[in-house]
Amino acid sequence: MSVNRRDFLRIAGAAGVAGATSTVAAGSAPATRVSDDWMGMLTDLTLCVGCRKCEWACKDANQLPGQQPIDAYDDKSVFERRRRTDAINLTVVNRYDPAAPGEQPVYVKTQCMHCFEPACASACLVAAFRKTSEGPVLYNENVCIGCRYCMVACPFEMPAYTYDDPFSPAVRKCTMCFDRITKEGGVPACAATCPVEAITFGKRSELLALARDKIAAEPDKYVNHIYGEHEAGGTCWLYIAGKPFDELGFRTDIAATPYPELTRGFLSAVPLVLTLWPALLMGAYAFTQRRDELARAEAEPGENAATEPQPGDHDE
Amino acid sequence: MSEHAGHAATPRDWARDALFLGQSFGAYLKGLVTPFNLIAAAILCVGVPVAIERFTEGLAATTNLSDDSPWGLWIGFDVLCGVALAAGGFVLASAVHLFGLRDYRPLVRPAILTGFLGYFFVVVGLCFDLGRPWRLPYPMFVSYGVTSVMFLVGWHVALYLTVQFLEFCPAVFEWLRWRTLRKWAAWLTIGATVFGVILSTLHQSALGALFLLAPGKVHPLWYTPYIPVLFFTSAVAAGISMVIFESMLSHRIFASRLGNHDPADMNRLILGLGKAGAVVLLTYFGLKWLALAHGQHWDLLTTPYGWWWLTEVFGFVLLPCLLYAMAVRNRRVGLVRAAGVLTVLGIVLNRLNVSLITYRWNAPERYFPNWREFVITITIVTVGLLTFRWIVNRMPVLHDHPEFGPAH
Repeated sequence: MSVNRRDFLRIAGAAGVAGATSTVAAGSAPATRVSDDWMGMLTDLTLCVGCRKCEWACKDANQLPGQQPIDAYDDKSVFERRRRTDAINLTVVNRYDPAAPGEQPVYVKTQCMHCFEPACASACLVAAFRKTSEGPVLYNENVCIGCRYCMVACPFEMPAYTYDDPFSPAVRKCTMCFDRITKEGGVPACAATCPVEAITFGKRSELLALARDKIAAEPDKYVNHIYGEHEAGGTCWLYIAGKPFDELGFRTDIAATPYPELTRGFLSAVPLVLTLWPALLMGAYAFTQRRDELARAEAEPGENAATEPQPGDHDE
Repeated sequence: MSEHAGHAATPRDWARDALFLGQSFGAYLKGLVTPFNLIAAAILCVGVPVAIERFTEGLAATTNLSDDSPWGLWIGFDVLCGVALAAGGFVLASAVHLFGLRDYRPLVRPAILTGFLGYFFVVVGLCFDLGRPWRLPYPMFVSYGVTSVMFLVGWHVALYLTVQFLEFCPAVFEWLRWRTLRKWAAWLTIGATVFGVILSTLHQSALGALFLLAPGKVHPLWYTPYIPVLFFTSAVAAGISMVIFESMLSHRIFASRLGNHDPADMNRLILGLGKAGAVVLLTYFGLKWLALAHGQHWDLLTTPYGWWWLTEVFGFVLLPCLLYAMAVRNRRVGLVRAAGVLTVLGIVLNRLNVSLITYRWNAPERYFPNWREFVITITIVTVGLLTFRWIVNRMPVLHDHPEFGPAH
């Protein structure tokens, strides 16, 4: 029976709770299972014109509060400050002004990256997040207790929380329009709306090939970096750009290690502690008892057959 | 049950004896008017309405939490510091019951009570922070996120709370004079202690391991794969120091209750704890440098955060360590206590550094708590102190129960 890493963590975690005996199989975990069938998105930042129609479409598709007429999204003043996704804006576009005069500004759309091995899912203590077989990472409000560890864990800082809701606050994030894409011919609202086709929806494996082709075809136009190919172990959402990503508000210090790996070592030590500690501690206890017994026997030479002290009531 | 009837003739006598410190209800009420109680009452007058506001208006109305800073004072102080400072229970219980340091027995019950109340009020603080606190039992009964370090923390805190309650039960049963149950509870002591040490090892370190998922958010000087070990070791130091700190308070405030302990004897124990504190802090000091070397962040030491790191490591780890060592060498109990206070402050500083002060250190906008968050934290601490006092004044915690002899 092969135990993959995910199962191993499950076992380790379950052991941590139930106190079951150790099933530690020290050894390397098999590689991540990556599905070629996962759906994904490719955003070409060289094409985006900052019209924010994707924001409108997203809000419309998800029926989020604060919707405005589509014309209102032409307002460029929002670019004055950098915005992040929040509970009523699951995707936002920011403008990055050129360093040199004459260059064009770059507009960057952000949203959940739909990681291969999501940090949010590995952080959640009630398994509210799951990686679907279609690719999107989905959140289940019905079990969420609101600890917000997912928000601490997410390297892209995408999950947002409805802090202003006193009785049913919840995490909100992009679903890659899961309900649409699981229907025949369905496309996420942002990709369907984009007037310049900066967002492409398709199989992640094919999008990666497309991104490579684009970079190879115009190496002067693109930097040779597909953001999301390796970041955090790989994400379903990919970006290509004409400028280095660290100049466009992207975190470029995110390692290729999938986030669940970061806690794997700790979690695999849990069954060890559960197995070894009782033996060591009871050993120490037995040692102490024995020492006291001998001390007593020495003090009273007549009675060397000291009775076995009962646990817990010594010295009474 | 039937046993208390033999001692006190009527429920009224029992209430007078067990609840009102042997006074009539009126005299008891009059005795409550003290400066400490007046301050506590003032705090509650502010705290209770804010608590109501939190649960009716929501987190946005009462905190400065944001999507960028999802964890604030309630997690950073109430939970992280609360758990670390409550570690004295498992440290003392294992020293006495497992490692045979029997002479430390008088300190076990206060330590376990602090531990139990500490954890209890950690959970209370957590309930303020959670979006839907009424779903607190979900990880136990509804949905299991077994890959999560938080899952482990949740389960272990719940189990450890139960264990500490069991460990404290003998004192409760002595107070109620339930002899049979008292005997049974004493039987459980060794098992409960072993289980408590296991749970403590795991969840103290797990609280640090939570931050393993936040590389790049926690400053690199504090983010390290060693963080579980650092949290555990520092929790042991914090636990020992809290016991020392408490022994000081206990002496001053509950002097009348300390009847059958010789002060000279107590001083000897405090010096012993000081020695342990020095050793643990020296180990922790070494581990901090080991973690730094492992991350190879020497260059960051000359940045402002580097100076802050050095302040923590020298001023709040090495300094109390040396103070402990000096105090033990010169047999100065007062200095041991000063070192204890400094250690506690140092561990609080460390937990705040990891969770708040250096969290998203490079972000333009930083979190600072809303005044209401401070009010709730102060209120919870106040209620915790009042509960501790209420119990210590009634149950055999600082002294042995006359009818039961030395506590186990």
